[in-house]
Amino acid sequence: MNYVFQFGPILARWPEFLYGVWRTMELTAASVAVGFVIGVLGALGRSFGPLWLRALIGAYVEIIRNTPLLVQLYFVFFSLPLLGLRLSSDQAAILALSIHLGAYATEILRAGIQSIPGGQIEAAKSLGLSRRQIIRHVIMVPAVRAVYPALTSQFILQLLGTSIVSAIAAEELTAIANNMAMQTFRNFEIYIVIAVIYFVLVRVCDLVFRLASRFLFRWKT
Amino acid sequence: MSLREFGPSEIYFLLLSARWTLLLSVVAFAGGGALGLLIAALRVGPWPWLRHLAAGYVSFMQSTPILIQLFMVYYGSSFIGLRPDPWPAAAITFCLNSAAFFGEIFRGSIEAVSKGQWEASTSLGLRYLATLRLVILPQAALLSLPPTVGFMVQIVKTTSVASLIGLVELSRTGTMINTVTFQPVLVFGTVAAIYFALCWPLSLLGQYLERRLITGRERRVAL
Repeated sequence: MNYVFQFGPILARWPEFLYGVWRTMELTAASVAVGFVIGVLGALGRSFGPLWLRALIGAYVEIIRNTPLLVQLYFVFFSLPLLGLRLSSDQAAILALSIHLGAYATEILRAGIQSIPGGQIEAAKSLGLSRRQIIRHVIMVPAVRAVYPALTSQFILQLLGTSIVSAIAAEELTAIANNMAMQTFRNFEIYIVIAVIYFVLVRVCDLVFRLASRFLFRWKT
Repeated sequence: MSLREFGPSEIYFLLLSARWTLLLSVVAFAGGGALGLLIAALRVGPWPWLRHLAAGYVSFMQSTPILIQLFMVYYGSSFIGLRPDPWPAAAITFCLNSAAFFGEIFRGSIEAVSKGQWEASTSLGLRYLATLRLVILPQAALLSLPPTVGFMVQIVKTTSVASLIGLVELSRTGTMINTVTFQPVLVFGTVAAIYFALCWPLSLLGQYLERRLITGRERRVAL
């Protein structure tokens, strides 16, 4: 037990941590936005689409949900250049994270759509609502509301998942910590600090989602 | 261009390395399950101090990335004067991490057993521990089965992260083979297929158990 903690030189480099937080939030926000769109389209396609589309989306969901994010990331990062697509590690990271979240969002939103009674859609039709209006007001908004807690906890898991992209040298909190560890050799202290930062980030995001739900879903069911 | 081609021997190599993924998963499941029982017991137990402690532990484990936890244990070993070693670090981290999730699954299942069961037991003269053992836990065990199986899938997938501290398992072997063959589509396609073969049956079992449990009884979400 002769380990001497030295947090000083690490905390002195707080601007780098701040930058890492910014990058992590950027990756999370971008992949959540794209993943959510994939999820909405996927859930609609899987619930109302033709049989072949349902099967296709089903396969996508099952494949993504039963393989590790890290392997998906490697696949995207190493394979796409062979197709002539030159992606930076940031772009590859966002692409892989979005595809990953898209599958989970599809499954969660599909459950939300299933919770809507069929009679409501029929009622909307008989009231003369257009297809667009039905999809938006009668199906998607109530569906999102029904699965809001599951959806937002998936977003938070996504925030934690972004730490994995340090494996392909995309710049974010974990990658910056790794670099700092190589320069200072105060590895243990660095990862303690980083763990605290992630913890605070997750708590803050959780709070924001909770507060947002009050403004987003003010009407009564 | 590349040092060697991706052929049957590479596939065999990947399949062989999958046993380390499996071993780590089994260790995490057994160790995490046992510790998870302890955490669930503390969480529903009558001691407020321990309740808060267990809740804090679960919160920390669920709010930080497993990769960071892995690094903390790996580099933290020098704190107690040991040399960092991937296997013990990964085994300890995955046990500690899955314990938090199992703890929540078990606690959710215990709390999902209706309050009337407690009251009925008390009115029949059963004490706290006897109620727990004879009335609550048998019902809770059944409720916790589907999420437990579902979480096993999560464990198998998450063990891939251990490759980032240098543990040679399926993912690590994949990157190694990719470096010498440079056929990423085949290499990572095969790696993904092996993970899929491990996880999909578990996923299906979990869904099956969930459906079976729901039919004929009130649906309760454990977690």
